[in-house]
Amino acid sequence: MVSYLFILFATIAIASAIVMITHKNPVYSALFLVLNMASLGGLYLLLEAQFLAVIQILVYAGAIMVLFLFVIMLLNQESADDVFKGISIKYIMSVLLGIVVFAQLFYAIASVTNTLPVVSENMSAVGSVENIGDVMFTDYLLPFEVTGILLTAAVVGALIIAQRKIKLKEN
Amino acid sequence: MLELSLNWYLSLSALLFVIGMIGVLTRKNAILVFMSVELMLNSVNLTLVAFSSHLGDVNGQILVFFALCVAAAEAVVGLAIIIAIFRNNLNIDLSKINLLKW
Repeated sequence: MVSYLFILFATIAIASAIVMITHKNPVYSALFLVLNMASLGGLYLLLEAQFLAVIQILVYAGAIMVLFLFVIMLLNQESADDVFKGISIKYIMSVLLGIVVFAQLFYAIASVTNTLPVVSENMSAVGSVENIGDVMFTDYLLPFEVTGILLTAAVVGALIIAQRKIKLKEN
Repeated sequence: MLELSLNWYLSLSALLFVIGMIGVLTRKNAILVFMSVELMLNSVNLTLVAFSSHLGDVNGQILVFFALCVAAAEAVVGLAIIIAIFRNNLNIDLSKINLLKW
């Protein structure tokens, strides 16, 4: 059962990723990326990481992709020259480079396949909200607070960068 | 019925990473390059979660949480930069942005 669900989610993820990088309309690309992230959330559920599955749907497929869609519709770009037109040296080189990197990664995975850990027995207890919250607010309290500062700085920086006119202080 | 092991998750993650990489290399639209980078970040997150679950260690999932926060901050700042470039240039085609070209 779990294997069939894995195959289903993996197929959806790979197909939507391929459609995302080849579609000419950026809005459809963003929507296919949402589908990809939702299927990754399903894979997290198969790995018994319930907290991260919910966070993936909420933050990635919800917040970040809505931001992307807003910016796409704000800019309203017709990128007609960005469509796949014939075989050029650029496409050949990038696909070749992709195949090389994938072969390298696959070789690395295949060479350690006997030493990889099997499923641990406390897998279902690891990813629960209780367990993650317990570790996050004791061992990782300082990084958690620093993350809050980082997000605040990012919001302030984005506001300043995206302002229409930046007033420079005159000497 | 295949045996579902860690290899499958790692291979899927590698494949998604490579697809994102090809997207970064081929597309010229700045927003699409950004979305491909998000795809690559997601595939690495999948690796971390798979290892964390199979080892029974919670630290990997905490790292995924922090990576997600950094990805959110990166997306916000990056999109603001894209808007600023669009205001100056009326273009987000990466091959036509040559303001810093000497």
